[in-house]
Amino acid sequence: MAQSLFWIPLLPLLGFLINGIWYMFFQSPANGRKAGATVPGVIASLSIFGAFVFSLKAFLELKGLAPEQRVLEQLLFNWMKVGELSLDVTLRVDSLSTLFTLVITGVGTLIHLYSIGYMGHDETPGKFFAYLNLFCFAMLVLVLGGSLPLLFLGWEGVGLCSYLLIGYWYSDEEKAKAGKKAFIVNRVGDLGFILGTFLIYSTFGTLDFANLKEVVLSQGAMVPAAVLTGIGLLLFVGCMGKSAQIPLYIWLPDAMAGPTPVSALIHAATMVTSGIYLLSRLNFLYSLAPDALHVIAIIGGVTAFFAATIAFAQRDIKKVLAYSTVSQLGYMFLATGVGAYGAGVFHVITHAFFKALLFLGAGSVIHGMHHEQDIMKMGGLRKYMPQTFFVFLIGWLAIAGIPPFSGFFSKDEILWLAFSSDHGSVVLWGLGALTAVMTAFYMTRLFVLTFLGKPRFEESHHDTHGHGHHDDHGHGHGHGGVHESPLIMTIPLMVLALLSAVGGFMGVPHMNWLAHWLEPVIPHHAVNPAVNPSLEWVLMGVSVLGAVIGIVFAFKVYRDLKSAEVLRKKFEGLHRALENKWYVDEMFEVLLVRPIQAFSRALWKNVDVAIIDRFVLGFGRVSQWTGQTVRVTQTGSTQTYLFMLLIGLVIALGYLIYGLV
Amino acid sequence: MDISPIFFYAFAGLAIAFALLTVLKKNPVASAFSLVMVFFSFAGIYAMLGAHLIAALQVLVYAGAIMVLFIFVIMLLNADAPSLDMVRTPMWLKASTGVLGIVLFGVLVVSFKNSSITGVHGNLPESQVEALGGNTQVVSELMFSEYILPFELTSILLLVGIVGAVAIAKRRPHKGKV
Amino acid sequence: MIQTVEPWVVLSFSAAIFSIGLVGVLIRRNILVLLMCIELMLNAVNLTFVTLSRQLESMAGQMSVFFIITVAAAEAAVGLGLVIALFRTLRTVDTDQIQMLRE
Repeated sequence: MAQSLFWIPLLPLLGFLINGIWYMFFQSPANGRKAGATVPGVIASLSIFGAFVFSLKAFLELKGLAPEQRVLEQLLFNWMKVGELSLDVTLRVDSLSTLFTLVITGVGTLIHLYSIGYMGHDETPGKFFAYLNLFCFAMLVLVLGGSLPLLFLGWEGVGLCSYLLIGYWYSDEEKAKAGKKAFIVNRVGDLGFILGTFLIYSTFGTLDFANLKEVVLSQGAMVPAAVLTGIGLLLFVGCMGKSAQIPLYIWLPDAMAGPTPVSALIHAATMVTSGIYLLSRLNFLYSLAPDALHVIAIIGGVTAFFAATIAFAQRDIKKVLAYSTVSQLGYMFLATGVGAYGAGVFHVITHAFFKALLFLGAGSVIHGMHHEQDIMKMGGLRKYMPQTFFVFLIGWLAIAGIPPFSGFFSKDEILWLAFSSDHGSVVLWGLGALTAVMTAFYMTRLFVLTFLGKPRFEESHHDTHGHGHHDDHGHGHGHGGVHESPLIMTIPLMVLALLSAVGGFMGVPHMNWLAHWLEPVIPHHAVNPAVNPSLEWVLMGVSVLGAVIGIVFAFKVYRDLKSAEVLRKKFEGLHRALENKWYVDEMFEVLLVRPIQAFSRALWKNVDVAIIDRFVLGFGRVSQWTGQTVRVTQTGSTQTYLFMLLIGLVIALGYLIYGLV
Repeated sequence: MDISPIFFYAFAGLAIAFALLTVLKKNPVASAFSLVMVFFSFAGIYAMLGAHLIAALQVLVYAGAIMVLFIFVIMLLNADAPSLDMVRTPMWLKASTGVLGIVLFGVLVVSFKNSSITGVHGNLPESQVEALGGNTQVVSELMFSEYILPFELTSILLLVGIVGAVAIAKRRPHKGKV
Repeated sequence: MIQTVEPWVVLSFSAAIFSIGLVGVLIRRNILVLLMCIELMLNAVNLTFVTLSRQLESMAGQMSVFFIITVAAAEAAVGLGLVIALFRTLRTVDTDQIQMLRE
């Protein structure tokens, strides 16, 4: 198997090439053929499914090995040799990366299948599937990379694909801008990543994960703490960008401009989790930099809380889910920051399941509502889209943290470890618990407003919170009315629902298969001995209770829009701030964007035009002036030419004879 | 070099005087006649230097043929009126050209005076030339032995010149009478 | 009384004629006079050849003069033919009117 590891990333790459070339040559020219989404979609889905099969094979093979030996490596070729640095392209499958590849390829396959239905009416499906496959390729390179530069290659690749897919409908200016924003904010993070990599190389002399671990474990204690903390923080800046933590999260809500399968795949299940992967990969390094971990935990916790507050007041179904994603990512970083890398990975996996489910479900709703996304205009969809309702219900319960669904187990482990770990604290736990209650609340709000109650969607231009009269046929828009989604979309939803429901059992406390599996890569965390272990059950009860309270409260408020209106009026100012995302984007605009633009404009006018242009054009003007001046000598009169000849002759003779001049 | 100074200076003075007249006179015909006088003076100097054939040729060809041609053309073109050409030339141009000419002259004189002339030294002093039968004899003998090739080529050149001159100057048939 | 004329005197006389001819070429506007001044210059060169031929006791100089005279004759003929042809079109022998080489 080690020799066929390369198939895992290669298959999606081939899918990309096939779809891309077909698209370029047959569809994109002006009079290209129109085609449906089926053929490119099937090709893409087969590629990623093939990668899944190989991933599964790798997993099973690893399982058969003894825990210390669970590493499969394949050296592909030598990338470059520069001075003392020799970089090889090595694919590495071990306990950690195999989990990620399974999630990426598995959930990826489901999303590809779903997209065949969702993008059925799109004009250029070939391009879409090509990009999706390219993304999978980049993401797989990221997790399978055996060294930091290779990981970075994948890191950049997913950033690129994120840009391409967010701005997929680029003819809409807003969507194109969202794509640009994502890429630029990512780049800021990447700067931190690169600097961190440089620092690692200059401190430890190697960038290969296997060697790095050995070097760090043997010599890490001798490195000054400031350097280690610096490395940790710089790499975390990269995570801030990629995984949407404060302050670089601003691109993720805007990224909802892309098609919903993209939001599901990239911004829920895979790309945004690359930060967690990086930190888990380098856990041996971070163990030596507790200050960095502390910062990470704090930022994670604050992000989780902050994003949850914003989700309270959003009206677009996808935006609610986007802020929810930011919040859940905050949880994962909180876990990592207290040393519970395993819990972070656990939450990554369960979050992939239920968040992809929620997004795809939202996509199903959007598809059925003919691209309406405002939840205030929905309601009562339970009758019209029963299957979507059912799967969304499961996703909702999972994210709210209700046992025995998967979200409960992973979130609870994080909360317990935030409380009890050596690096944890009560404050962090409190932040996490409060956020959990808030999560339950706003997700219930979303669920109720979308699926329950009376339909509100024939009142298209009526200003929200209104009266409930409805039109019974539900013919709010266009042809066909509101309808359930086709099978190709609902079957992946069902599969994801199943996974969301039972996926948690891989990490049940005290029977934790996942933590055990990850041991070779992620050693057990240190537990604060002052904490009483039986408190674990107490805290578990507290979190379940909190979730239930949140749900019940939300039901009460949003059952009837009137009471929602009352609540809103009570907190009018706060509500407006939340709805406007705490004006963060506006602050960035004023503090950062406008000064930079003004600076650019000043440079343009005063340096580029005034100095450089003048200088360059000056050459031309000098040539012209010289020409015109010298032209005076071209009189056309032979005698004048002879005269000049004579002058030259005299000078030449004088020089030759007397050595003059 | 055995040249009698009196005759030399006489001829030289004449030549210079008439050369100046050639250049400065407004009437082209006057210029032409002055030039003829210059040629005669030159012929005298050639003779003094022992180049008898050249002297004769000078008078025959230059003064006799070329200048006649010049006069013909002047008359043909009615260009014998005193030309206005020197009137409009600005003074600074005349002055600077003159100065330049004087400078050139000065440079050449100084170089002639101070340098020893080196060239391919032959083996035909005056006495031997006389012994061989005189200047013309020697030249002719050389012409038809050593210099036969240039001689023939020159005759072709003359042919080409004749044909060319006729071709250029001839009236074209379509312009009317030949 | 000086017995003989030094070679350099003859040569400088030749230089004088040359310079006079040169100045004439540069100043005069009548083509015909221009051509005559050129003949002056050629003659000055001929004299130089002959002088040096005598001084170096070789016949080569005089042979050259022979050919120079021939070529000068041919050149004068052709040149005058050109003047005639030019005159037909331009109706003038003033060089200031013949500026077709001007840029």
